[in-house]
Amino acid sequence: MKKVKIIINKTELDKILNRLTKLIVKKYKDLNNLAIVGIHTNGVYLAQRIVEKIKQLTNKKIKLGYIDITFYRDDIGYRKNIQQPKDTQIDFNIDNKDILLIDDVLFTGRTVRAAMEQLLEIGRPKTISVLVLIDRGLRELPIYAEFVGKKIATTHKQQIELLLKETGGDDTVVIYTK
Amino acid sequence: MLRQEHKFIHKHLLELQSLSKEDIELILETARPFKTLFTRSIKKVPTLRGRTVVLLFYEPSTRTRTSFELAAKRLSADTVNIAVQTSSVQKGESLIDTAKTLESMKADFIVIRHFYSGAPYLLSQYVSSSIINAGDGFHEHPTQGLLDIFTIKEKKGKVKDLKVVIVGDILHSRVARSNLWGLTKLGAKVVLCGPPTLIPLDIDKIFPQVEIEYNLDKAIKNADVINILRVQFERQLEHLFPSVREYSLLYGMNKDRLKHAKNDVLILHPGPMNRGIEITTDIADGLHSVINEQVTNGIAVRMAILYLLSIANSKPKKELPK
Repeated sequence: MKKVKIIINKTELDKILNRLTKLIVKKYKDLNNLAIVGIHTNGVYLAQRIVEKIKQLTNKKIKLGYIDITFYRDDIGYRKNIQQPKDTQIDFNIDNKDILLIDDVLFTGRTVRAAMEQLLEIGRPKTISVLVLIDRGLRELPIYAEFVGKKIATTHKQQIELLLKETGGDDTVVIYTK
Repeated sequence: MLRQEHKFIHKHLLELQSLSKEDIELILETARPFKTLFTRSIKKVPTLRGRTVVLLFYEPSTRTRTSFELAAKRLSADTVNIAVQTSSVQKGESLIDTAKTLESMKADFIVIRHFYSGAPYLLSQYVSSSIINAGDGFHEHPTQGLLDIFTIKEKKGKVKDLKVVIVGDILHSRVARSNLWGLTKLGAKVVLCGPPTLIPLDIDKIFPQVEIEYNLDKAIKNADVINILRVQFERQLEHLFPSVREYSLLYGMNKDRLKHAKNDVLILHPGPMNRGIEITTDIADGLHSVINEQVTNGIAVRMAILYLLSIANSKPKKELPK
């Protein structure tokens, strides 16, 4: 029986997203040049929420894309339980854009690396930055997130999961030991 | 969500007969994201970097061989083409010895087309590489079946309950067999149509749900999809129907005949076409034809197969954190 502990509840999650939205608006002077790309699966929903919040705050509609990194993984051939790939959907030209990649948890940094590799094959953005809800440390690559919702020190034995409404959860983040 | 949990566990792709409905659906779902790559300027992904795919074709082929080669290359795998006419096969090397040689060169995949049914299966018993059947005798051509079904599903949004008519030389057609297995597993209503001499005896015992109709006008009534097979002149057909002209008259697809089918009917053909024999040019290049899209989809489906077989054959070198 694993012990599940809630580390972010529903109200906190919304507060964090509001704070991150304000930081985005403050940092990107030219919001027209910004495009947000969510990494499947939870990053996609977080990206949708943040785009909606930016719209409420500034009345600007930020370009939104989705990215699936399955084909760019560096562990194909080493593990059998790789998820079924989903569609990468970026229907705009990313050349010279400021791209903000969004994911739920930043861990080893390998997902962000794969997402960057794919973005650079699609075009040549002006900048790429990263936003994550949770930075749990334990990086294996020199990857840095400019926008972080919450930092949590973890061990390899622990698992962090974001349970969003969109996937049948209740908008909380939980931690447990595998 | 349930579909995501389904795992592809096969080492080889030899036929559709032994795949489950879930396997086929997973292949189709996996092919879709690969297809979206084709509109990019860089159509390549690094997924199968360092893998080797050997194409071993004992029979002529343009589209299947090129399609497999492009699929492998777009996954960043290395490909080697063995032209049987200029290889040691001409010195009398046996199929198994040839394959053993390729295995020793560390081929991860051997894509084989052979004139004998069961040749890919035989190889799978002797070598450790993953074997992909690119057409064997009169048995199956699984990737063609899959790309036909992918095309139907993409255009119609579903496969279940569609009326699919397969027209022509069913007897010698491995394409027809792969279509039959795949389509019936997914719940399509399949009708076979062709000269009685070219419809296998007792096929209704293997596929009791499949309808057989020798009259093409009747067969295509209300059809959603018509898959027109090539008349395979290389298979000594002289004795099986009186003349090409008669075949064309009775089983050739033309504008007048097509009126019997639904307004939004799809026309498929595995190629290469005998224009003017099994299909007229206005139909082949007409509004209903998806023949060129079949070719594009073929690459996506073959990428999905290479990818899924690679995952299924993964050997964990070490524990990697999630």
